[in-house]
Amino acid sequence: MKNCEYRQIEPQGLGTPNAAPPPPAGANDADTRAKRRRKWEVFPGKNRFYCDGRIMVARQSGVLPLTLGLIVLTSCLFFVFDCPFLVEHVTSCIPAIGGALFAFVIISLLQTSFRDPGILPRATADEAAYTEKQIDDSASSSYRPPPRTLEVIINQQVVKLKYCFTCKMFRPPRTSHCSLCDNCVERFDHHCPWVGNCVGKRNYRFFYAFIVSLSFLTAFIFGCVTTHLTLRSQGGKGLITAVQESPPSCTALELIVCFFSVWSILGLSGFHTYLVASNLTTNEDIKGSWSGNSGVQNTVNPYSYNNIFANCCAVLCAPLPPSLIDRRGFLPTQESPPAAQPQVELPVFVGKSDLTVV
Amino acid sequence: MAETHSLQDIRQQATVAAKVFIQRDYTSGTMCQFQTKFPTELETRIDKQQFEETVRTLNNLYAEAEKLGGHSYLEGCLACLTAYTIFLCMETHYEKVLKKIAKYIQEQNDKIYAPRGLLLTDPIERGLRVIEITIFEDRSTGSGR
Repeated sequence: MKNCEYRQIEPQGLGTPNAAPPPPAGANDADTRAKRRRKWEVFPGKNRFYCDGRIMVARQSGVLPLTLGLIVLTSCLFFVFDCPFLVEHVTSCIPAIGGALFAFVIISLLQTSFRDPGILPRATADEAAYTEKQIDDSASSSYRPPPRTLEVIINQQVVKLKYCFTCKMFRPPRTSHCSLCDNCVERFDHHCPWVGNCVGKRNYRFFYAFIVSLSFLTAFIFGCVTTHLTLRSQGGKGLITAVQESPPSCTALELIVCFFSVWSILGLSGFHTYLVASNLTTNEDIKGSWSGNSGVQNTVNPYSYNNIFANCCAVLCAPLPPSLIDRRGFLPTQESPPAAQPQVELPVFVGKSDLTVV
Repeated sequence: MAETHSLQDIRQQATVAAKVFIQRDYTSGTMCQFQTKFPTELETRIDKQQFEETVRTLNNLYAEAEKLGGHSYLEGCLACLTAYTIFLCMETHYEKVLKKIAKYIQEQNDKIYAPRGLLLTDPIERGLRVIEITIFEDRSTGSGR
């Protein structure tokens, strides 16, 4: 009955822009392949991408070099000026511990800064139109504007989901729109200028590892520098001579940086430990979403497991979700040759025109 | 060759009539779950049971991806000890399950949805926000269905 050749093609290759580049079938395709762009090049948020989309930071990442510089400078001064003395007089484990802490701090910092924090891609035109239609349908015929919040019940708690006008979608729970990065971020904690990125669902554990290890590192360096000066001054020479012997500016710099860092970073670590234990975000804590400040009684955090250990595990050890923005995927090509459909990458068949035989 | 319909065949003969978006179900928190409510636009195309079965399986797969258990704790601790550099060489549990989900959706499209002129889009391509179902116009009456 049929003399045409049916060939089962990948359904995924049709409606999705995720297809790999098609095999070249002519000069046209070769040109197109050379011009194929990746999705990060047209990303609508205020982010910067490096290494062909593998690394991303917020557009305003001004303070990140300062953070890195301070950490690297203080650690270098410690290794150069304090370690030799302490290895000789105390123990040779000191540079090893310092080195391990330093490496951990730098790696966690880079992981926090360069990862996608959990950005939600903006709604496609069809999805936005469908949502608008749903909102308009549900609005009554009165002159009130259509509702832009959606109420859901999570664990017997009423949660209001707001409509994001930039991303054209109802924000999932715990999602917030960062005005600095112009993106909706899942489980939005805060935008950290020191790290140069938002802190959200996908990089919160790295941020937490960073501040905890940094507090250990600064406390460690502070302790070592103090020990160094104490030991020198105990050698019967007094404190002033001791400071004069070791290069004064370096020791003083280390002391000052570490002293101020220890208190602020230790405080921040303590605060975030409290947030992790109660499964809260900085955003929710500041706004008082679950502490009954909004006047409604009996508001409890619906996301908490009511168990410190369970909350810590859920926040820090949960499976790491993937990035939703697919920054290294290829954009669908916009050509529309006569035989093919627009915005679709189709494998080339032999006898393609035969397929329209009815 | 099997008498299955090529999706390209449908696309060449049919145009997109409508798109339906299955929204997320937030009643159990921020876990990725989709609503199993049957949309009215699909009433003429597919069985309610079939549709609910697909969505329920997807929900179960997503729950498996996000499950907190011994395996995920071990992965988390190991990752922390190696300063998270282990993710450069190892695939996370979530990514493994996402591959399973992609295979399942492809299989469902091949067996059930494509013959009815429907196409499921993997939710990961829509930011895990919706399951997009494309409804094609049914103009293939003369093509030997």
